[in-house]
Amino acid sequence: MSFDVDVTLQRGKRRIALCHRAQARIVALIGPSGIGKTSILHMIAGLLKPDHGHVSVAGEPLFDSGRRLDLPPARRRLGYVFQDRRLFLHMRVRDNLLYGCKPPSSLALDDLAHFLGIAHLLDRWPGTLSGGEAQRVAIGRALMSDPRALLMDEPLSSVDPRRKTEILDMIRHIPDISQVPILYVTHDLGEAHRLAAEVVMVG
Amino acid sequence: MTVWNISPEEWTVIGLSLQVSMAAVALMLPISFAFAWILARWRFPGKLLLDTLVHLPLVVPPVVTGWLLLLLFGANGPVGRWLLDWFGVTLLFRWTGAALAAGIMALPLMTRAIRLSIEAVDRRLEDAARTLGAGRFRVFRTIALPLSLPGILAGAVLGFARAIGEFGATITFVSDIPGETRTLPIAIYSALQMPGAEAAVSRLAIISVLLSLGALIISELLARRAGAGVNSHVL
Repeated sequence: MSFDVDVTLQRGKRRIALCHRAQARIVALIGPSGIGKTSILHMIAGLLKPDHGHVSVAGEPLFDSGRRLDLPPARRRLGYVFQDRRLFLHMRVRDNLLYGCKPPSSLALDDLAHFLGIAHLLDRWPGTLSGGEAQRVAIGRALMSDPRALLMDEPLSSVDPRRKTEILDMIRHIPDISQVPILYVTHDLGEAHRLAAEVVMVG
Repeated sequence: MTVWNISPEEWTVIGLSLQVSMAAVALMLPISFAFAWILARWRFPGKLLLDTLVHLPLVVPPVVTGWLLLLLFGANGPVGRWLLDWFGVTLLFRWTGAALAAGIMALPLMTRAIRLSIEAVDRRLEDAARTLGAGRFRVFRTIALPLSLPGILAGAVLGFARAIGEFGATITFVSDIPGETRTLPIAIYSALQMPGAEAAVSRLAIISVLLSLGALIISELLARRAGAGVNSHVL
């Protein structure tokens, strides 16, 4: 099982919840904007605490309110690709990629950079990258941290439409090179189909 | 020409002022960083009280601050007696005491500048670092500290400028001893008391204005860099 998530969070009058057990290597979480998809990813990553429920990823329990289990984000080993990328602007691309890398890593930086098409960007500062390039670096940084799974929050939202297909195809092949399952948040069903993902509707 | 003819005594004053101000900044930088961090990041009852206490030297008459230092660090003061009994040192009438007084007076300005830069650090980047396996200390060392560094430097330079100009608390706490506690403002004040020392007053006044001006400009430039030019000023 790739993702076993049952979480609930009450925010004022708004209730954010997801209950799903996914088998596929790529799972797409689909729903309209503002429904709480990002909050769900935050709960899985440990950046937001659910009121109750449980989260298991790749068979590893990360949160369980019943057992009072709540691993901190640093120990969850989930590679989070944020919608706003959150690259470290004071570090070069190479240092961003290596930030979460703990040797011996199963992925070599050069191989990954080649796969992502960012080998020529390693010595650049993140502030000088285009939207698509920055997104690839963000994906690379998450992958280099040797994650048990990738969480991707609308990674194509600010990418040039012409580049979208290219990056989607790349994402589709990530489980082939790194064995990590992907939880992919989007509001675009077309993206989910392109990824051949198991679709989970939210809200 | 006589205006720029700096005497050996005046060089001593300038050297001592720089020494006292640098020591004041070195002493107060970790303390003001700790206060700035606590005020920027922590939530606790009594935070307003701590905020007010840190800012107190900014509004209390400096002579009162000097008097309080005398009470605390004097030969009969609780800290002064402890320092004398355990380490055999006293700050009274010493340049180290002048540095302490200047540091206390610079503390609010340093804390303010550093706090602004800590508040400007994007917490979302720290979250990203945590998801990449970084513990609290590594997040601090690799994200929060480097991103707030220009603000910390700005605070240090601003504190240095404030320390260079410190007069009231210093003269109350450590008096006016040539070569030991006679810093620029105290030397100017002393020269003003003597007839015929107008040229010396002019020289020392110009030097203190230039030193303070330079420090303020450096501080403002560093602060602008800290906020990438957006709404980030110490002036």
